[in-house]
Amino acid sequence: MATQSRPLPVLFRPFKGGRVAKHILLIGFGLVMLYPLLWMISSSLKPEELIFREPGLWPSQITFKNYSEGWTALKHPFGYYLWNSAVVTALSVVANLAACSLAAYAFARLNFPLKSFWFAIMLGTIMLPQHVVIVPQYIMFSKLGLINTIWPLVMPKVLATDAFFVFLMVQFIRTLPRELDEAAEIDGAGYWRIFMRVVMPLCLPALATTAIFTFIWTWNDFLSQLLYLNNPDNFTVPVALRTFLDASSDSSWGPMFAMSIIALGPIFGFFLAGQKYLIRGVATTGLK
Amino acid sequence: MADTVAVKPRHAEAAPVRGGPRRTLRSRREARAAYLFLAPWFLGLLFITIGPIFASLYLSFTDYSLLQEAKWVGFDNYVTMFTGDPRFLASLKVTTVYVVVSVPLQLAFALGLALVLDRGLRGLTFYRSIFYLPSLLGGSVAIAILWRKVFGADGLVNAVLSIFGIQGPAWVGDPDTALGTLILLHVWTFGAPMIIFLAGLRQIPAGYYEAASVDGAGPLRRFRSITLPLLTPIIFFNLVLEVIKSFQSFTQAFIVSNGKGGPADSTLFYTLYLYLKGFKSYDMGYAAAMAWVLLLLIAGLTGVNFLASKYWVFYGDTK
Repeated sequence: MATQSRPLPVLFRPFKGGRVAKHILLIGFGLVMLYPLLWMISSSLKPEELIFREPGLWPSQITFKNYSEGWTALKHPFGYYLWNSAVVTALSVVANLAACSLAAYAFARLNFPLKSFWFAIMLGTIMLPQHVVIVPQYIMFSKLGLINTIWPLVMPKVLATDAFFVFLMVQFIRTLPRELDEAAEIDGAGYWRIFMRVVMPLCLPALATTAIFTFIWTWNDFLSQLLYLNNPDNFTVPVALRTFLDASSDSSWGPMFAMSIIALGPIFGFFLAGQKYLIRGVATTGLK
Repeated sequence: MADTVAVKPRHAEAAPVRGGPRRTLRSRREARAAYLFLAPWFLGLLFITIGPIFASLYLSFTDYSLLQEAKWVGFDNYVTMFTGDPRFLASLKVTTVYVVVSVPLQLAFALGLALVLDRGLRGLTFYRSIFYLPSLLGGSVAIAILWRKVFGADGLVNAVLSIFGIQGPAWVGDPDTALGTLILLHVWTFGAPMIIFLAGLRQIPAGYYEAASVDGAGPLRRFRSITLPLLTPIIFFNLVLEVIKSFQSFTQAFIVSNGKGGPADSTLFYTLYLYLKGFKSYDMGYAAAMAWVLLLLIAGLTGVNFLASKYWVFYGDTK
């Protein structure tokens, strides 16, 4: 393995001024990439009739009318949908943390019959397309009378079906020194206590990665919320945003942009707060 | 496993012989604990993943609509798909074009930017965050809505084009360009594979480059003979992952076409058509059959990827 591989400016050895040119290019490219986002923010602050007349970023007139209009445009105030989304997301995060870490501890530390078989199955389910199982899942939840409840959205998390995170935590627990477990065992701790008192506290980085990704994925998730929530009283943010498209002709883009910004806000916040864990999570397991 | 025995003084004293009665008692206790820890996961396997896979296999041979009993129809659904349903074939074609065009483009951007960002560039973390952000937002409804408007007939792109006196097409409203806008959206989310590439680049020992430089290899030569071969496992990993992921894209096409896959089925993604069949026309047997074809397609493609990898992926001495 590489012990020290940097710093070494080889590939793009700087000719004079090369660094500066590179930075200018990178910033330019970054701006082009983020332009649509910035434009959406600026448009949400413009009066409706200016949005498409001004492709520039700086609004010549600033108004918060889009926000106040968008907030009340649907059946419920937008905060209602934000709350619904927050409930689904918070429960999903808690459930994922608990269920995935339980399974991961067993796979990483305990011996049991058929362990490698079950582990292979677990890895296999990581790649399983959601669409392959939605039809029977939908039938099951609808026979149980659980359509328009929170269960179809949270139950899969309670049952540790996000195998990605099980795998992430297995990999993490394997790097922890076993001596700690054994020391605790000598002190008379059972598996449960070792799990709770020794392994979990050391797993915080992996738990943080899991929590942040679960948050972002659940907050963004559209298909299952579209499937299972069809009563406007239960709508979450993605489904509510979608009804803007139905309800309005091309006239209400301002309010729609404003609410889209609000919908992206929490993700952006978590992105800023949890970057370290996000980047590490992606780099080690290839999550989104 | 030898060390697990060696470092347990208590058991070592009591039962010095491996496999003594205490040990089996202990391992039975351990197995029981393991299955308890795994209980939620087993239930999930039964009801949420493996169970439904087999249920959908059964359903795929039936005519079923939630309201009536399932009626066994043999291979009818599969036959209809490939012989009597032009929309299915259209969705297959749309998705294939989407995957084949957008994944290589996205990975090319990811690799290119990773190469530029590697090697101790100042502000690396800043740039990395900027380029990664779209990956997090890209799957959301809000961004799909934005895309619909950026590429609308009177949207941002056409507003910019009109400054130069160009009259752009309707983009999302035009069957020739609608899919292109979704491909662009996928390429826009190159940040995640870029981060994986960056992690891979960091594993390449600096000594290789030094040695090559001493031997007089220029930057291009070093890239071709060192970076690229040593990075092939990462490229392969990204390729497999992105193909699987992009095959399942749904939200973007749904929002941009307002749940219809139009114009003229040009954005009718496979998953969108599956959704329309299963949950709009309640043709659930057919949808289940589509799901199985999707599963086989993805498994087949991944298999082909793995087979082909023998010819271009280089696993040096690491593994």
